[in-house]
Amino acid sequence: MNGPFDFALALGDDALIAAQRLAEWTTRAPEMEEDIALANIALDQLGAARLLLSYAGELEAAGRDEDALAYLRDDREFRNVLLVELPNGDFAVTMAKLFFLAAYQLPLYTALASCPDERLAAIGAKARKESAYHLDHGALWVKRLGDGTEESHRRMQEAVDHVWPYTHELFAADPAAPVDPAGLRPAFDETVGPVLAEATLTRPERGWAPTSGRAGVHTEHLSYLLAEMQVLHRAHPGAKW
Amino acid sequence: MYGNDFSAPGDAPDDTPGAGLLGEVEAAEAELRAAAARQRRGGPAPDEDLAAYFTEVVDAEQKIEPRDWMPEAYRRTLIRQIAQHAHSEIIGMQPEGNWISRAPSLKRKAILLAKVQDEAGHGLYLYAAAETLGISRDELVQLLLDGRQKYSSIFNYPTLTWADVGAIGWLVDGAAIVNQVPLCRCSYGPYARAMIRVCKEESFHQRQGYEILHTLAHGTPEQQAMAQDAVDRWWYPSLAMFGPPDGDSTHSAQSMAWKIKRFSNDDLRQRFVDMCVQQAEVLGLRIPDDDLRWNEERQAYDYSQPDYDELMQVIKGNGPCNRERMAHRRAAHADGAWVREAAAAYAAKRADKREKVAA
Repeated sequence: MNGPFDFALALGDDALIAAQRLAEWTTRAPEMEEDIALANIALDQLGAARLLLSYAGELEAAGRDEDALAYLRDDREFRNVLLVELPNGDFAVTMAKLFFLAAYQLPLYTALASCPDERLAAIGAKARKESAYHLDHGALWVKRLGDGTEESHRRMQEAVDHVWPYTHELFAADPAAPVDPAGLRPAFDETVGPVLAEATLTRPERGWAPTSGRAGVHTEHLSYLLAEMQVLHRAHPGAKW
Repeated sequence: MYGNDFSAPGDAPDDTPGAGLLGEVEAAEAELRAAAARQRRGGPAPDEDLAAYFTEVVDAEQKIEPRDWMPEAYRRTLIRQIAQHAHSEIIGMQPEGNWISRAPSLKRKAILLAKVQDEAGHGLYLYAAAETLGISRDELVQLLLDGRQKYSSIFNYPTLTWADVGAIGWLVDGAAIVNQVPLCRCSYGPYARAMIRVCKEESFHQRQGYEILHTLAHGTPEQQAMAQDAVDRWWYPSLAMFGPPDGDSTHSAQSMAWKIKRFSNDDLRQRFVDMCVQQAEVLGLRIPDDDLRWNEERQAYDYSQPDYDELMQVIKGNGPCNRERMAHRRAAHADGAWVREAAAAYAAKRADKREKVAA
């Protein structure tokens, strides 16, 4: 990854795939209030994805708009991190994904808000406020589940252990990007450490750290997600909706 | 936050659906404020007949509030009706939610997700309105899960294509608005106020559905066919949403006297048909009724009745999706039990800690 096009595309893909996964919870959440909250976060991610993909399309100047980028690329052309494409699992896995993603997106968008590229700066300024809410929401549930019942503690610890290896990819160095993700790691650690401690959860040791999403080498899950997301759009080439 | 950038197409008519009805919602809101401002004589006198006082308040178009005495049957009728309405919002999320993952553009995905989220919000305010009558949301949800309270039968039909999302918006939300606008003037204050808010949002949803169909009906031949097929399948079930014909309706007369209900099922159904005919023409879609024609004498359209035997079958649980809808809701409730228990345990621990700190 290097130029602004790749950067906007990668961030847009993160947001789009996160939105698609979160929206899968609609009508299935553990409480009605949570159904609304998850839809809200999905809408925020989708809103950011649309701004980022539209901008990526303009930078590319090849006539691709947000829908062409979202619906007409195959999984090998997607640049999202692996974390967002992981299946939702139980509610604990979804909250681990949400919490870690928000703990990365908040410092990322905050840094982006003061980058020299005005469009990216405006997107960062809007999205960081939303990320702050996602982080609060995710952290609250990590604490509730971690320090709730025996069962919820077990599930939340398993979820943290399951998702943790995928967090390392978020901070893969990219010195040429408008914001180098490597510089965001300390802010992430400062957010995550105390929340896990308060939640009575153990922070996993660093071990396996898959990092191929940004290069377009995904898990087996992504092409199923895309097959479902793209099916109708692709069945009617050129149609307006 | 909602990414909701809906805009009407340039060639849509000015009087897109819901415009006139929205005026009625606003009139009901003004009436509600006027009723609140009018002098009420501060409740019944100590030895006054409470039933007579209740009737006087209802007849004077004042609102009954949770603190007021009310006949037990009025309370039960309202609980049944408001709960059924709340359950319909919650179950109604499923057929449309079915298309969120496959919405054909990112803009449509955002609009649909926001719409389904609004329905969850409507469910919550309606449960809150029912709670003012002395029953808890948990009890009502349990009644739904046990199959002891109903939800609107319309949600037991499947959404088979993207056009169904448009047809639900145009026809199902349209019928819901025609049914619900008079409820903005219901004699029970909390329900009337909830309905004003719900109707305003529903009118927006109806426009979105209409716009989906308008786009499809002016699109490729495949899209046009998809739109027509959806209208063909949703038309009669939408007419059935107004309930059985007046002669067979069991709850109507008493509800009219209590000013919970203002118009008969057949009057509302007629109003809906009259509204749809002109809109269908603008959409360029055919209403699937060979006997649909203007009746000069009645100044209304003659139309074919829906199949009420089918309606009764769906109400009894034998529609195409009754079993799936209930299984889905029960599974979501059961799968979330450990999460709700964890939240309660965490809250209890926190309260305990605060108590210790205070001591």
